[in-house]
Amino acid sequence: MTYTRAILLVTAGTVVMDFVLLTGLLRRKAFWASYVVLLGFQLIVNGLLTCREIVTYAPDSILGTKLACAPVEDLLFGFALVLQTLVWWTFLGRVARRRTPR
Amino acid sequence: MRFTYLLILIACLVVTLPLELFLGARVYRQPLRLLLTLIPVVGFFTVFDEWGIWRGHWAFDSRQITGLELPFDLPVEEVLFFAVIPVCALLTYEAVRRLTGWGDE
Repeated sequence: MTYTRAILLVTAGTVVMDFVLLTGLLRRKAFWASYVVLLGFQLIVNGLLTCREIVTYAPDSILGTKLACAPVEDLLFGFALVLQTLVWWTFLGRVARRRTPR
Repeated sequence: MRFTYLLILIACLVVTLPLELFLGARVYRQPLRLLLTLIPVVGFFTVFDEWGIWRGHWAFDSRQITGLELPFDLPVEEVLFFAVIPVCALLTYEAVRRLTGWGDE
């Protein structure tokens, strides 16, 4: 399985998590606003890592289209990483609130 | 330079620190919630990374990393990356929520 297919699966799985855990990040303005900021951040940081060739990708594993030196697949990777983080954070926040005696 | 990757990660944390200190993102101040969030995220992406390395999908320049590695050639910087980027994401999200007042909508 290529990086492309694997990251599509991972991203889909993360989206499913957002639904199953009822965290609803994908319908929140705060999520999308944060993601836009983080995307800019990602292009810089990941750009540094890939333009400097700290990390390199096998040509057969990716589509080949790049953005700021990085494979476009990394955009999905960043999205999945951020979404998964916020899903867990939000879920844990809910659990904590439900367990707090009022 | 062996510390290039590590320095990039440290820079991410330094640049985002004001979000916690001045913009009221309460991320570091919820240490248990942060830890419990990072465990599955670091866990999953570390496994994913190991898979990618093992399959030959990506590789790392040994001259720009410290050389400290986990089994199966995983640079320790990658594991740190899976903790640092989520911290930055959380700081950004919580700061955005605080600044905009967008809570659950």
